[in-house]
Amino acid sequence: MTVNLPDAEAPASTLLEVCPLKALSTERGAAALVRGVQVALFRTFDDQVYAVQQQDPYSGANVMSRGIVGSRGEAPTVASPMYKQVFDLRTGACLDPVGKDPRPLLTYEVAIQDGIVLVGAARAVDANHVPGAP
Amino acid sequence: MAMLEPTARQHLVVVGGGMVARRLVDALRARDDAGRWAVTVLCEEPRAPYDRVALTSYFTGRHPEDLALGGQDLWDDPLVTLRRGVAARSVERQARTVTTADGRTLAYDSLVLATGSYAAVPPVPGKDLRGAFVYRTIDDVADLRAYVEGLRSELDRPVRGAVVGGGLLGLEAAGALRALEVDTTVVEFAPRLMPLQVDDGGGEALRRLIENLGVRVRTGTATARIGGDRGRVARMEFTEGEPMDVDVVIFAVGVRPRDELARAAGLEVGERGGVVVDEGCRTADPAVWAIGEVACIQGRCLGLVAPGYTMAEIVADRLLGGEGTFPGADLSTKLKLLGVDVASFGDAFAKEAGGLEVVISDPVAGVYKKLVMSDDARTLRGGILVGDATAYAALRPMVGRPLGADPAAYLLPEGSAPAPAGDLPDDAAVCSCNNVSAGAIRCAVVDAGCTDLAGVKACTRAGTSCGSCLPLVKKLLTTELEKSGVEVSGALCEHFDLSRAQLFDVVRVQGLTTFSDIIGRHGRGRGCDICKPVVGSILASLGTGHILDGERATLQDTNDHVMANLQKDGSYSVVPRIPGGEVTPEGLIAIGEVAREFGLYTKITGGQRIDLFGARIEQLPKIWKRLVDHGFESGHAYGKSLRTVKSCVGSTWCRYGVQDSVGLAIALELRYRGLRSPHKLKLGVSGCARECAEARGKDVGVIATDQGWNLYVGGNGGFTPRHAQLLAEDLDTEALVRTVDRFLMYYVFTADRLQRTAAWVEDYEGGLDAIRGVVLDDSLGIGADLDAAMAAHVDSYEDEWAAALEDPEKLRRFGSFVNAPELPDDSLAYVAERGQARPATDSERRQSGVLIAGTTLEVRR
Ligand code: SRM
Ligand SMILES: Cc1cc2nc3c(=O)[nH]c(=O)nc-3n(C[C@H](O)[C@H](O)[C@H](O)COP(=O)(O)OP(=O)(O)OC[C@H]3O[C@@H](n4cnc5c(N)ncnc54)[C@H](O)[C@@H]3O)c2cc1C
Ligand code: SF4
Ligand code: FES
Repeated sequence: MTVNLPDAEAPASTLLEVCPLKALSTERGAAALVRGVQVALFRTFDDQVYAVQQQDPYSGANVMSRGIVGSRGEAPTVASPMYKQVFDLRTGACLDPVGKDPRPLLTYEVAIQDGIVLVGAARAVDANHVPGAP
Repeated sequence: MAMLEPTARQHLVVVGGGMVARRLVDALRARDDAGRWAVTVLCEEPRAPYDRVALTSYFTGRHPEDLALGGQDLWDDPLVTLRRGVAARSVERQARTVTTADGRTLAYDSLVLATGSYAAVPPVPGKDLRGAFVYRTIDDVADLRAYVEGLRSELDRPVRGAVVGGGLLGLEAAGALRALEVDTTVVEFAPRLMPLQVDDGGGEALRRLIENLGVRVRTGTATARIGGDRGRVARMEFTEGEPMDVDVVIFAVGVRPRDELARAAGLEVGERGGVVVDEGCRTADPAVWAIGEVACIQGRCLGLVAPGYTMAEIVADRLLGGEGTFPGADLSTKLKLLGVDVASFGDAFAKEAGGLEVVISDPVAGVYKKLVMSDDARTLRGGILVGDATAYAALRPMVGRPLGADPAAYLLPEGSAPAPAGDLPDDAAVCSCNNVSAGAIRCAVVDAGCTDLAGVKACTRAGTSCGSCLPLVKKLLTTELEKSGVEVSGALCEHFDLSRAQLFDVVRVQGLTTFSDIIGRHGRGRGCDICKPVVGSILASLGTGHILDGERATLQDTNDHVMANLQKDGSYSVVPRIPGGEVTPEGLIAIGEVAREFGLYTKITGGQRIDLFGARIEQLPKIWKRLVDHGFESGHAYGKSLRTVKSCVGSTWCRYGVQDSVGLAIALELRYRGLRSPHKLKLGVSGCARECAEARGKDVGVIATDQGWNLYVGGNGGFTPRHAQLLAEDLDTEALVRTVDRFLMYYVFTADRLQRTAAWVEDYEGGLDAIRGVVLDDSLGIGADLDAAMAAHVDSYEDEWAAALEDPEKLRRFGSFVNAPELPDDSLAYVAERGQARPATDSERRQSGVLIAGTTLEVRR
C-alpha cells in the first residue's frame, strides 16, 4: 500500500496535492485526508471540484462524500446520505435542513494544477449566511 | 279438553319482577288476544322491572327512571297487576296459592318463578362491615353512591376502593367506582380477568386496557380478611401479597339462584342450585314454571339475560297452548366494560377436541382476537374478541359453519382498515415522532399556504424524523390542495415534471438508458437525491445492466452504491441472502467465521437472515469475497428491491403443512431477487392456513391450500400495517408464478415513488378488482408485456457483489480515502456490550479508555 499523505505539518494556508483529478468520478464524491482532517471532494458535471467537510453536521458521521450529487436551481449540491439534508457545494450552506436548524458545512479552497487536485485551508464560515440565498 | 270460555279466565302469578318477568308479561299480553290470562307480578324491589344490565349507567348521571324497561302501558293494562315492594314468602302447591310478605294469599292456576339471583358474598371475616357492598340492584348502587359521596366530603384524599372479583360483574363495578372518582383496584382469584369468558391472551389484553384506564389489577390472589375501623371497612388482607388500605369494597364474585321458595315447596333444585325445569321451562309440578337466572335448565343456571328472554317466550307460548322448547343456551356475550369491548362466543375455550386457534394480538392497540376453528381450519367453532368486537356481529352467526379460505380475514373487517388519509379526523396523530396531527397538516396547507411537501415539513416538522409518516403527510397535502382547486402536480422534483409512473413509461417506450439522456430530454438541471435514485431504479427495473455501470453509479444512494446498509456511525452492514430462510450448517459456520474474523456485530433479522454490522467501507469487498467463496450472494437489505421471501417449514416437516412452502419461497426469492421497484418488496409463503410465515403481512403472500395456493397482495408491516387481500384462490404453481410476475411488474410500471403495494392498490382506480382484471384477465391487453419484462429481469439477473468483485474499476469505490484507500476512518469507536462491539455513544466518546478503536479489535468481555 502506498500512502502519500499531505504533510500534516504544512502551514494551513498552502495548497496541498491530494490526488489526480482522474481519480475523482464525476458526480460522486471521494473522501480524502488533508492534514489529518477528513475532507469530502466532489467533481461535478462541469468538471468543477469542490471540497467540504467529510463530517455530516447532523449525524456526526464522516460520510458526506457518499451523498448524492445534484443541483438545486443554479447551486451544485450534495445530500447527506444519513438524513438527507442538502448543502450548496460552493458555500457549504444548508439549503434543505429537513425540519432541523440549518447547519452549514465547512468548505475548503481547491485548485487544479496539471491534472492534480490541491486542497487548501478551510474558508471562514459566514455566520450570517441565510440558507437558500445564493 | 273443553273449549275455554272467555269467562274462564285463569290467573297467572309471577314471582319476581326482574327483566325476565317483564319479558314474560310483555310476550303474554302481546299474544293473548282472547284475554285468557290475568297476571299478577310480585315484585320485591320497590320499583317496576328495570334494566339491570344497564345498572352501571346509574353512575353516569342517569336517574333510576331512565333504567325503566319499556313504557308504563304494560302496567296500566287491566289484566296486569304489578305489586311493588311485595315479596312472596311461600308457595303452597297443593292449594295453588302464594303467600306474600304482607300476609296476603294469592291463588294461581299457573305460577312462574322468576326470582333471579342474589349476589354471592364470600365468607371472609369483615364482610359485614359498613362500606362493603354487593352490586345487583338499584338500591345497592344508590347505597354505594351515598356512602362514597359521604366519605368524599369527609376525607381530604381520594376514596380508595376495591372490587373483589375480576369477572364481568366485577369490571362493571370497577367502572362504577371509577365514575365515582374512586381510586380502584380489582382483585381476582383466577390468574386472569374474566376467567369465564376469555382465555389467558384475552385476559392479558383486557388487563392492559383496564390498567390504561387507571384501574389497578391484582390477579391470582384471594381476599383473606377485611379489617375494620370503628365498624367501617379500612383494609384488606390477601392470601398473597401486600395488604391494602381501602374505604369501600364491592363483592362481585358471582351470583346464586334465588331458589329458596322452590326448595321450601319441595321442588327439585340443581346440584349448584336453581329450580330444575324441563325443555319447556316447567318443573315437575305442571302448574309451576321457572325462568331466567333462577331456572336450572339443561343442567345449569344461565347468568345472562338473553337465554332468560328465550325462556320467557317459551312459557308465554306454552301458557297459550304452544309447544316451544328451549333451543340450548348461546352463552355468547358482547359487552362494553369500562368502555372496553369484550365478546366471547361459541366454543371460546377450544374445549372440543382438535380445535385450532387463530389469534391476532396487538398489545399496543390493546386488541386481542381469537377464533377457534375445526382441525381443518375451515369451520368456526367460537372465539374471543377483546378491545375491538366489531367482528362479533358477523362471526357469531357463523359458528358451526365454514368461514372460507381465510378465517383471519374476519378479524379484519373492511371497515377496520385504517381510514384513507383524506378522512382522518383532525385530531388523529399523523407524525408520531413530532406529534403532528392531521389537523395541523391541513392547517399548514389551508392557512399557512404550504403547497408542497417541503413546505409542510418546514412548517409542521411532520415527517422530519423517521420519515415513515411521509406518505400520509403527502396524501393529506394532496387532498387539501385538490379540495382548494389547486392542480396537484405529480412532478417528481424540481428537475422532472413527470411522475415516477410517467417517467417509467417514457424511459421504457423510448428505450433510454442513461441519466444524462433522460434528464436532457425530459428534465432540467443535474438531478438530486430524489430523482436520481428513481431513475436508477427505473433503469435497473428495465434490466439495462449493472447498477454501478458508468454514470449509473452516480444515481445510487450510498446503500446501493456500496451494496450494503449505511449505519449511524458511517459503517455498513452486510446481510447475506438466505433464500426462504433455509441455510446449511456449513453456511452458518461460514457466516459466523466471517463475522468473527472482521469483528462484526451479529444479529438475526426480522426477515429470516443474519445481519453483520460494523463493516468499514474498505472492508466490504474482502467480506464479500469470503461470502461469495462460500456460495452466498448479495442480500438486498438495502435498495428498493426484493428483500426476503419469508417461509414456514411447510409440508416437508410440519404435520399440518399441505404444500412445500420452503421450496416455493426459495423459487420466488431466486426469481425476484434484484428486482428494483418503487419501494421495497417482501414476500411470504405459508404451508397451510395456520400462516406461520405471516404471509398476509407481506406485499405478496402465498398460503398453501389442499388444491394449490391462495395469493394475497398488498400487505405490509411498518408504519401503517396492512393485511394483504385475497387476489386469487387455489392456483397451481405455474399460474401462481405468472400472476405474481404480472402483479409485481404492473406495480413496478405504475406505482409512485416510495409507494408500497398496499398504498398503490388503494390508490389505483378501481382498486384491487381493477388490478385483478389486469393481472388475471389481461383487461388492458398488456399481459404479454408484463410477462416479457419479468422474463427479461429473470434472465439478466446477476449477483451484484460477485460482479463488483470482478471489476477493478468498481472496486476502486471502496477505498476509504482517495489518497489513503486502506486507512480506516479513525473516528469510528466501539464499546463491548453482551460480548459484541457496538458504536460508542457521544458520552462514551468523551471519556477516554472505554473505546475499542475499530471493529477488528478483539472485544473485551
Ligand atoms: C435488519 C432489520 C431489523 C432487524 O434487526 O431485524 C431491519 C433494518 C432496517 N429497516 Fe426494516 N429491518 C428489518 C425488518 C423489517 C420488517 C420485518 C420483516 O421484514 O418481516 C419490517 C416490517 C415489515 C414491512 O416492511 O412491511 C420493517 C420495516 C421497515 C420500514 C417501514 C416500511 C413501511 O412500509 O412502513 C423501513 C423504512 C422504509 O423502508 O422506508 C425500514 C427500514 C430499515 C432500514 C433499512 C433503515 C435504514 O435505512 O437504515 C434498516 C437497516 C437495515 C440494515 O442496516 O441492515 N424497515 N423492517 C430487518 C431486516 C430484515 C431482512 O433480513 O431483510
Ligand atoms: C351490573 C350488572 C350487569 C349485567 N350485565 C349483563 C350483560 O351485559 N349482559 C347480560 O346478558 N346480562 C347481564 N347481567 C345479568 C342480567 O342482569 C341478568 O341475567 C338478568 O337480569 C336476569 O333476569 P331475571 O329476571 O332472571 O333476574 P333479576 O333481574 O335478578 O330479577 C329477579 C327479581 O326478582 C326479585 N325477587 C327475588 N325473589 C323474590 C321474591 N321471593 N318475591 C318477589 N320478588 C323476588 C328480585 O328482587 C329481582 O328484582 C348483568 C347483571 C348485573 C347486576
Ligand atoms: S404454516 Fe407452515 S409451519 Fe405453520 S403449521 Fe402450516 S405448514 Fe406448518
Ligand atoms: S417522522 Fe413522522 S412519524 Fe417519524
